[in-house]
Amino acid sequence: MTKRTSAMIGERLAVAVLSLFLVSLAVFFITELLPGDTAQELLGQAVTKEAAAILREQLGLDRPAVLRYMDWIFGLFRGDLGFSLVSNRPVSDLISERLPNSLILAAITMAITIPLALGLGIIAAIWRGSIFDRAISSAAIMFVSFPEFMIATLIVMLFSVYLKWLPALSFLPPSASFTTIVLAFIMPVTVLVFSSCSQMIRLTRAAISDAMATPYVELALLKGASRPRLVLRHALPNSVAPIVNSVALSMSGLLGGVIIVETVFNYPGLAKLMVDGVMTRDMPLIQTCSMIFCGFYLLLIMAADIIAILSNPRLRR
Amino acid sequence: MTTLSNAPEAPLASVKDLRVTATTDSGREIEILKGVSFDVHRGEMVALIGESGSGKTTIALSLLAYVREGCHFAGGQVLVDGRDLTKLSESECRKLRGHKVSYVPQSAAASFNPSRKIMDQVIEVAEIHGIFDANTAREKAIKLFRSLSLPNPDTIGERYPHQVSGGQLQRLAAAMALLGDPELVVFDEPTTALDVTTQIEVLRAFKSAIVERGMTGVYVSHDLAVVAQISDRIVVLKDGEVQEAGTTDQIVGAPAHPYTQSLLAAFKPVVPASASDDTSRDRVLETRDVVAGYGVLGPDGRPQVVAVNGVSLTLDRGQSLGVIGESGCGKSTLLRVLSGLLPAASGGLLLDSRELRPQIAQRSKSDLQRMQIVFQLADTALNPAQTIGNIIGRPLTFFKGLKGAEREKRVIELLDMVRMPAQFRHRLPRELSGGQRQRINLARALAAEPEVLLCDEITSALDTVVAAKVLDLLRELQRELHLSYLFVSHDIHTVETLCDRIMVMYAGKCLETFNASDLHQDARHPYTKLLVSSLPTLDPTWLDNLKQDPELVRKFAHA
Repeated sequence: MTKRTSAMIGERLAVAVLSLFLVSLAVFFITELLPGDTAQELLGQAVTKEAAAILREQLGLDRPAVLRYMDWIFGLFRGDLGFSLVSNRPVSDLISERLPNSLILAAITMAITIPLALGLGIIAAIWRGSIFDRAISSAAIMFVSFPEFMIATLIVMLFSVYLKWLPALSFLPPSASFTTIVLAFIMPVTVLVFSSCSQMIRLTRAAISDAMATPYVELALLKGASRPRLVLRHALPNSVAPIVNSVALSMSGLLGGVIIVETVFNYPGLAKLMVDGVMTRDMPLIQTCSMIFCGFYLLLIMAADIIAILSNPRLRR
Repeated sequence: MTTLSNAPEAPLASVKDLRVTATTDSGREIEILKGVSFDVHRGEMVALIGESGSGKTTIALSLLAYVREGCHFAGGQVLVDGRDLTKLSESECRKLRGHKVSYVPQSAAASFNPSRKIMDQVIEVAEIHGIFDANTAREKAIKLFRSLSLPNPDTIGERYPHQVSGGQLQRLAAAMALLGDPELVVFDEPTTALDVTTQIEVLRAFKSAIVERGMTGVYVSHDLAVVAQISDRIVVLKDGEVQEAGTTDQIVGAPAHPYTQSLLAAFKPVVPASASDDTSRDRVLETRDVVAGYGVLGPDGRPQVVAVNGVSLTLDRGQSLGVIGESGCGKSTLLRVLSGLLPAASGGLLLDSRELRPQIAQRSKSDLQRMQIVFQLADTALNPAQTIGNIIGRPLTFFKGLKGAEREKRVIELLDMVRMPAQFRHRLPRELSGGQRQRINLARALAAEPEVLLCDEITSALDTVVAAKVLDLLRELQRELHLSYLFVSHDIHTVETLCDRIMVMYAGKCLETFNASDLHQDARHPYTKLLVSSLPTLDPTWLDNLKQDPELVRKFAHA
């Protein structure tokens, strides 16, 4: 790695940290703007103003927003995520219960999606114009146009309600057997794979097709190279940057998908926790969850940038 | 290099009544090749000469059993060693390409894969066809690098394409084509993208490789002088048909067809317009010690990359100043500075003896109106979504406030001025030919009624015959409108025919300025002489007899 490359990567890191800070500001003050507050939410509609004020004071909600922001952000630095206002437990406890579940779901989805989508995209590019390519491309367009909640609802109706093969909910009791766990994962993972695969297939194919139109691919063709060699040896290495970016984008789209899927299947993940937090105006919980999602997103984008830089020999040397 | 056309042996390659058609976007079929026939005998180099659209590259590619997307063989045969290439299966085509017939592309810079090392790409042919193992291939490649006089032959293959120069890449592409010991080598304009001084090095390397191996090949070019150095026979093409074919000596010495004669006319020695003394010495444009470049300004007030380094010039009213130099010498940057697109870091600009602001945004409307720029590529300079009438009309409205019928009348006048019919105002740029678009580009600049025209390589993308017509037009316009031109070009020939005075630039500096009629005088700067001597002539022995001072070449040519 040269000085220039390290400088470029350093710059990306700095930008990521700055973004995270700006996001923390946005998250905190936007949640402030949500109508209603925890005190009202906890005490119900019929509460008197006095009771709400007392509770607010107990929870520290009467202090100025700027001070509460400072408390929160410095707490984050110390690893102190604060207390959930609703369950009165440390936010870190709540999250450590749920985060692994979400990570497992995301990891399984990625492990299936990335090789599947890249593989299909590359094969479609190799045999561009063939029946296989057309089938893949039209299927991809079809699934891009279906929203996740619709796919989720449809497969629940098909496999749980009519066929009764799979459980409609993915609740995981600690004592669950291996088969139960696998069965519980099938539907959420399928929905996520479908929704994130399509865009990636299309972008992979498009990126390779662009590279296929270049003079160096034509020259390789005139050296007698076969279609697979043209794509894999000549076009693909020059399409790494757009492809990793499309992977990062699709994977960050996965986060949105997780929220819907966890809600539909009642899956005990982080997204479900956050949705519940929004219902009860549990600010510390919402804020921390947002920061985790955002950090994940930035991590993906940054990884894509760094891979793209390293894949370019002009920047590498 | 002996002509074997009378030998009894069958030709190695034989193109017989070849027809290729293309399907346009609108689904219409157009004929690109309308029945082309010629033979290539063993040990012979046949040149295909023609302008853009003549079908020469299509023929060259057909010898590799390849047509570009949208095209297809519509009739005739391409026989190589008795096999008809138009009838081969996909896998038979692959076996032929690179092994039996190989290809040297026009722009090696674009034809090398940017993300792979040069050596991997050069020896890929051996890997694809299983000719020899990687180590043998590597040794063979290094031998070829040496015989093509590439610097550091042992290590140059370990670099990436962006780390070597254009002239070197072109020779590396030739090494790649020769690695598999092909029976037929197709060269597709392999030196067109190079500077003249670089071209000589590459031509020399090609010629010695051709002679050494008794190579059989097809050499595609638009440049008769280049072809005269390399080929045994020449086939002249126009609009997909053979106009004339014959030995090099016959085509160059005694062309029979009028089209060949018109191509040769471009090489007639020019009578430079003698610097007319009748015009009063009225200075219209002047620069003083202009420094400009790219990147942030350093503490000394100079940009990170200096492209123009202290250039002073003067241009008199009604005169033309030609600025010549090779790629990267700063000539186009100089124009950008004058036009205000790139503000100078230091130095002064004077238009009609009045200070001109460095930045286009700070200049007055009348300053803008008085100096107009004409860009090299009319294809990209003209807005594809606007009609010709609108393109020419916009500056009329902006500078003159013309509207409606008045504007329309002026548009027609301007079209007439560039010798184009009035109804062209309803067309879109893509419906015009390259030469017509360049005329529109010119008319757009003239609409402002400027005093000075800045012309950036405006004939470089045009075919010889078309370019000659545009130059004629420029001369007529200058007489009629008393215009002053600053004409930037890499082509000495063009500058010599058009300009009164010539300025030679090298590495951002002005080396010398002189009257065009004095170009061939002995007192010229060594670099000017190098440029002039590097221009190929029609004499087939020119390259062999050319003597250039190797010191000088090393100093100035960046092969």
